[in-house]
Amino acid sequence: MSVGIYIAVMAGVTYLIRMLPFTLFRKEIRSPFWRSFMFYLPYAVLSAMTFPAIFYATGNTVTAAVGTAVALLLAYFDLPLIVVATAASLAALLIGLWV
Amino acid sequence: MRSKFVKGMADGMPIALGYLSVSFGFGILAVKAGLSVLAAVGISLTNLTSAGQAAGIGIIAAGGTLIEMILTQLVINLRYSLMAVSLTQKLDGSFHTPQRMLVAFGITDEIYAVAMAQKEPLTPRYMQGLIFTPLIGWTTGTFLGGMAAGQLLPPVLSDALGLMLYGMFIAIIIPPCKKSHPLIAVILIAAGFSVLFTYATPFISGGFAVILSALITCILAAFFFPIKEEKA
Repeated sequence: MSVGIYIAVMAGVTYLIRMLPFTLFRKEIRSPFWRSFMFYLPYAVLSAMTFPAIFYATGNTVTAAVGTAVALLLAYFDLPLIVVATAASLAALLIGLWV
Repeated sequence: MRSKFVKGMADGMPIALGYLSVSFGFGILAVKAGLSVLAAVGISLTNLTSAGQAAGIGIIAAGGTLIEMILTQLVINLRYSLMAVSLTQKLDGSFHTPQRMLVAFGITDEIYAVAMAQKEPLTPRYMQGLIFTPLIGWTTGTFLGGMAAGQLLPPVLSDALGLMLYGMFIAIIIPPCKKSHPLIAVILIAAGFSVLFTYATPFISGGFAVILSALITCILAAFFFPIKEEKA
């Protein structure tokens, strides 16, 4: 089968999954349960994506753990996203060169 | 009008840089699986998702069926439906059907999280900007990775770049914890479930483990820590 057909099917399914609910859902959610659910959702998703994956992100648990610690510390002090992300990478890089 | 787009582009910059490094890895993976650089870039440009694309090239490389492709994408990417519904609650009045159909293309975990962290309602121009830079980063990274496949790179550098995206996630989830104690519980419980699924049930795919962890956590949290009105 041609690779183009695979890609078209893949892209089509992925787009519909996003587009249908985003376009068709017009109501305001009033239920306190679902409002709470929606409020917590982004944080739960990001946390589940980050842990434990972050400890494997550099291929070395030690450098990854140092980067994670740096990110947690800087995030606690409200530094901008790009600063936190770059500092975490930089810390892992420096430790990686040294270890 | 224009400044909203520019603000979106600026807010999308950290995502774009994180995507650049992640998609670099995807580009290498795709070319090593036997795809052309053009096909790899085409996938990134039309899909804009990490786990789904990685699974997709596996199916293409193995010569799998289209049914398999459809089901895999459905399961791995179903979380975007949930995020899409959640996002509709934050849209401003100028989001009509055409704007929704356009912006829907760019709903990813990271773009969703940054959009939800905004104080004011979301405008179409802001969302277009917020999607534009990450899409450029994602596609460019795929191209560079595809071109670099098979060549030697300083691994210490590409390894460290792997932390960018996760560092950004931490920068999004930690600051609001100082004002909301239930959020600390949500983050710990979600991480706990994710660790559990990763090690106890390795046959569950990564994308599915994430959405399962998030769903269980949010149902528990909505039940035990319902938020007061006007906070969502």
